Amino acid sequence: MTQSSSFDSADHTIVDGVHYHQFDVVIVGAGGAGMRAAIEAGPHAKTAVISKLYPTRSHTGAAQGGMAAALANVEEDNWEWHTFDTIKGGDYLVDQDAAEILAKEAIDAVLDLENMGLPFNRTPEGKIDQRRFGGHTRDHGKAPVRRACYAADRTGHMILQTLYQNCVKHGINFFNEYYVLDLVMTNVDGVDQPSGVVAYDLSTGELHVFQAKAIIFATGGFGKIYKTTSNAHTLTGDGVGIIWRKGLPLEDMEFFQFHPTGLAGLGILLTEGARGEGAILRNASGERFMERYAPTIKDLAPRDIVARCMVQEVAEGRGAGPNKDYVYLDCTHLGAEVLETKLPDITEFARTYLGVDPVTEPVPVMPTAHYAMGGIPTNVNAEVLRDNTTVVPGLYAAGECACVSVHGSNRLGTNSLLDINVFGKRAGNNAVEYVKTAEFTPLPKDPAAAVRGLIDGIRNSTGTERVSVLRKELQDMMDAKAQVFRTDESLAEVTQTIHTLRERYKNVAVQDKGRRFNTDLLEAVELGFLLDLAEVVVYSARNRKESRGGHMRDDYPNRDDETYMKHTMAYLSGDPHSADAADHIRLDWKPVTVTRYQPMERKY
Amino acid sequence: MSTTTIAADRPGNADPAITPFTVTFLIRRFDPEVDEEPRWQDFDVEMYATDRVLDALHKIKWEQDGSLTFRRSCAHGICGSDAMRINGRNRLACKTLIKDLDISKPIYVEAIKGLPLEKDLIVDMEPFFASFREVQPFLIANKAPEGGKERIQTVAQRERFDDTTKCILCAACTSSCPVFWTDGQYFGPAAIVNAHRFIFDSRDEDAKVRLDILNDKEGVWRCRTTFNCSEACPRGIQVTQAIAEVKQAIMRGKP
Repeated sequence: MTQSSSFDSADHTIVDGVHYHQFDVVIVGAGGAGMRAAIEAGPHAKTAVISKLYPTRSHTGAAQGGMAAALANVEEDNWEWHTFDTIKGGDYLVDQDAAEILAKEAIDAVLDLENMGLPFNRTPEGKIDQRRFGGHTRDHGKAPVRRACYAADRTGHMILQTLYQNCVKHGINFFNEYYVLDLVMTNVDGVDQPSGVVAYDLSTGELHVFQAKAIIFATGGFGKIYKTTSNAHTLTGDGVGIIWRKGLPLEDMEFFQFHPTGLAGLGILLTEGARGEGAILRNASGERFMERYAPTIKDLAPRDIVARCMVQEVAEGRGAGPNKDYVYLDCTHLGAEVLETKLPDITEFARTYLGVDPVTEPVPVMPTAHYAMGGIPTNVNAEVLRDNTTVVPGLYAAGECACVSVHGSNRLGTNSLLDINVFGKRAGNNAVEYVKTAEFTPLPKDPAAAVRGLIDGIRNSTGTERVSVLRKELQDMMDAKAQVFRTDESLAEVTQTIHTLRERYKNVAVQDKGRRFNTDLLEAVELGFLLDLAEVVVYSARNRKESRGGHMRDDYPNRDDETYMKHTMAYLSGDPHSADAADHIRLDWKPVTVTRYQPMERKY
Repeated sequence: MSTTTIAADRPGNADPAITPFTVTFLIRRFDPEVDEEPRWQDFDVEMYATDRVLDALHKIKWEQDGSLTFRRSCAHGICGSDAMRINGRNRLACKTLIKDLDISKPIYVEAIKGLPLEKDLIVDMEPFFASFREVQPFLIANKAPEGGKERIQTVAQRERFDDTTKCILCAACTSSCPVFWTDGQYFGPAAIVNAHRFIFDSRDEDAKVRLDILNDKEGVWRCRTTFNCSEACPRGIQVTQAIAEVKQAIMRGKP
């Protein structure tokens, strides 16, 4: 099922029912980061993109509000201010060298997209228009600045389409609806080196081994560990989970972003760009409560702060609605024209899913699980790390699955569309450089054995547990105990639940025993990754006894730079099913790279 | 998003007195490993008025029959995975609410037509994407913009092709087209929409090539203006109008 160029049988061999392919560069995931990498790698190296979805289904397409770059098209701005905002927004857990690269290369990243055809909104002079967004300020916090380049509230859609269009132009090889389930490592001189990936072809149930010199993970996030989330059903953290199971570390997993404005009860995203255009959050009495918490930039404070304030308003009895359990996003003063032209999709979402017309009524909203700041640790070249400093040669990661770390403990809005473009491009370029001199690492004997065991184990299971039941318990518990506010007690509770669910998962069975398009089986595999990652998130969260960015501990309400201004590094070690997570998760720390900004109190 | 949310959680519909009701779904099933022909199977599902058809499919899959097979991802009308025929009309399951359907009768759900049926509600999308690729759906602009900056485009020039930039390639339009049903070689509305998006983009330099491609016997002239495509589009794109504009551009020999 390839797309853009030939995939004829001469290109691969079949041994014992397993298909074998060979590519210089294999990219896992066809969202923004994966396709941005493919556009760099494709013309220079034999490249394949493997995705469990059709590329245009990827969740980059759901991003709405914009992509930050200090173009200064509409007012004074520069990349140094953008760097500062990113570091402060991330509550000083950002690696500052990486943030400088992000902000500096942002300008070319936007121009690249425009030159590829992206239809940005325009200024009256015909330049790329820019709008305000949370946490992006002029001159180190003095006032909001117009930095987000946008295409209505469809910026992610336009990025995804533009990148896919350019992949078509370059004739990139796609393997669509191929689900990568394992990274193959070969022991070379005592060190495990990546030699390929194993994918399950959803349409046939057959296994494919892709031997590669360089492998780029661009598999997105894992918001489905939560119940209320803006994430797609397919965002189950498969790529991050694969890395974890290989014993490679995951960084800063306790930091998960809750986007303030999800449609209440549903979690569907309403862009921060609405507040960028002037929308206001109000509590039940109509008060603009953000004035109390962030007097300078109010509703445009970073997401972690706004989400906490919303939850606090509700907790203190100022929530709206019959159950007093949400607040309002008031867009009514923006006027129909602004809503229809600059925010058309979110206007439609509110109308379709809540029956509320933003032109005339305030929209009920509450925070929704949105973005993993943590993930697969990489350096600024997108090379994956096996400890604090050692690179895994030939292995790269970019986008939400990676942790560079440009987002620290809280990502600024519009910095993720930027991240996928800057570090997706770097991953692609660096992979090309690497394969110029690298040889193929030999595959081990029967490299598909582990995946075959996983798939057959689930398919043939006669267990009594159902995927949907276990998944719902996990998601409900994560929402209740590991969301915006956390305590040691709440985290201990969810830890116990996850352990029980992991035990029950061994007894999970599927009803569909077929080979073709077995999505029942797919969901069971995905649940395994969700359980693994939820455990790491909660275990890392319990260990960080401070509040910083997206991680708010009620029992430790202050930031503690002396003890905790460092990244969490989590490793799988020992029996993964041992009862106590401490027996199979080892935590370590990694220093934060500081270049020019010493931590300060974070006020807005 | 959460799809298991009950209506009582939902604002705008927060009357606690609201109770679920039973809706019957008739779903056209096909398991290629077992069935010779597709068959209809009925399922009763407890639903709330504000639930989506996608919620019903999930409830069936998660609570009754795990083998029910369909594509879905974002669940709010952006990714284009879950186009299907619902009561004979092409729609996205995640954008079709129960309250907008007549539940006094069973709700019929089947795969979109005109593309090879793979399993239950899944069709082979490859012919659809092949047509898309054939219209050269990418900006062709050889001149580098001045000063290493963005190309200048006025607000009006940008507006000219705005409607067709919204396409999510869900195939609802193409698979609602009676010409496409009978002639699988026809490019179909979605490919023409994506050609339109570049033909009328002031930055593009190669409209002529795309107009030539669409002037082919399997191109725009096969369109019989039945408007099925415009009605089917979940993004509200005026598909028939876009096709008409491409026809006019071919007649003129330029956009």
